[in-house]
Amino acid sequence: MKRHLLEAADLDRADATLVLDTAAQIDAALAGREVKKLPTLRGRTVVNLFFEDSTRTRISFELAAKRLSADVINFSAKGSSVSKGESLKDTALTLEAMGSDAIVVRHQASGAPHRLATWVRGSVVNAGDGTHEHPTQALLDAYTIRHRLGRLEGVRVAVVGDVLHSRVARSNVRLLHTLGAEVTLVAPPTLLPVGVGSWPAEVSYDLDAVLPKADVVMMLRVQAERMNASYFPSAREYSRRYGLDGRRMGALGDDAIVMHPGPMNRGMEIAAEVADSVRSTIVEQVGNGVSVRMAVLYLLLGGNT
Amino acid sequence: MASPTGPAAGDAPSPSAVLTAADVTRVVDRMAHQLIEKAGDSLADLVLVGIPTRGAPLARRLAARVAAFSGTSVDVGTVDITLYRDDLRLRGVRALEDTVLPEGGIDGRLVVLVDDVLYSGRSVRAALDALRDVGRPRAVQLAVLVDRGHRELPIRADYVGKNLPTRRGQSVKVHLDEVDGVDEVLITEVGS
Repeated sequence: MKRHLLEAADLDRADATLVLDTAAQIDAALAGREVKKLPTLRGRTVVNLFFEDSTRTRISFELAAKRLSADVINFSAKGSSVSKGESLKDTALTLEAMGSDAIVVRHQASGAPHRLATWVRGSVVNAGDGTHEHPTQALLDAYTIRHRLGRLEGVRVAVVGDVLHSRVARSNVRLLHTLGAEVTLVAPPTLLPVGVGSWPAEVSYDLDAVLPKADVVMMLRVQAERMNASYFPSAREYSRRYGLDGRRMGALGDDAIVMHPGPMNRGMEIAAEVADSVRSTIVEQVGNGVSVRMAVLYLLLGGNT
Repeated sequence: MASPTGPAAGDAPSPSAVLTAADVTRVVDRMAHQLIEKAGDSLADLVLVGIPTRGAPLARRLAARVAAFSGTSVDVGTVDITLYRDDLRLRGVRALEDTVLPEGGIDGRLVVLVDDVLYSGRSVRAALDALRDVGRPRAVQLAVLVDRGHRELPIRADYVGKNLPTRRGQSVKVHLDEVDGVDEVLITEVGS
């Protein structure tokens, strides 16, 4: 493993499989235990440095670090008026001076974790940067797929929605490709990034054509906060063409699963009856997130630093 | 390798077998008898918990032999100690192995930890910590195939297959059929 986890491409197939296997072992070892804590990272300090709102990712990382007995500092930069570049470097050097062993960073600017990694000696874990990447989300998605379907090789995954702004999609395409799955991106042309042709994925504009062949449907959140241009005519039209409702769910194969990274817009990209159905892995994904992040922290911090 | 007397640890650079396959079988049988004898009435309470990698198949073998000799079937488990080790910083991280405990857990039972080689005692310490987190056994005992000395902690085995005086520069390797395709115990020189 590399020292940092900045993007899904930092993991080759062996590394990614090691993370998933480690997470599965941690899951099994902690299942049914009263004391859900391991002493592995005793004396290590993990800083959660969040420049952007987050519920599940921050709590998930915090819980993962605490279950491994690391000390956790939550640094929420919301409301800070210091200019971006400077504050990030100053903050990083301050945290370094206080002896942090790892920095888990979420930032609204794509590439911020990469910059951070050049300033500090400890490990940097990208917890989402702008519209770039969110590697631990991709790992927990891969883990969830493998857990439900028993394999990743040859699994057909449809990633549906706002691919343009989605760091989840970017990381998933890369990681799932590394692990041997076949990804199809489904979105209106306005919500696909320039250069999507060079990604290791198929592209389709027609959800109904893709669904019957998919083993996994991964719905992306329509990011209202980034919808500052006319990407689609109306929410209603988007929902009719690219939303997953009960009728569309009926077109899926018997064992197909429905995923969503959260937070969901119920009724927009995913209907409530789909989100609450037995095919949905949405709650499971959250639980798996903790085990996968424990695995990442263990593999990055457990050994020689 | 199949030398009948089993050559003593010498200065030879090549590995020398101190236990052959037949020896390993005999030693495991003897340990099974000792377990039955010492456990007495609480044999049904016994849980053999192997420490991966090679403690796990060893525990299964011991359980099979105990069942064959006594007619009482014995629960088996494994507990991976990687996340409890105190030498991760020195030796680096490694892949985890299975942790499997019997259905009813280990609370109130007689747990016998099983490992291949007892050396510094640090693995056993880590295993004790791991056990403490999964339950509260009535008592914990230790069974090892080989005790090679050089303890760094106040830990002693209750059942020892073979005491093997060694130097620190030597390495003791236990090979088991389930993992390595052959049963044998080797001593090699590594320090020179």
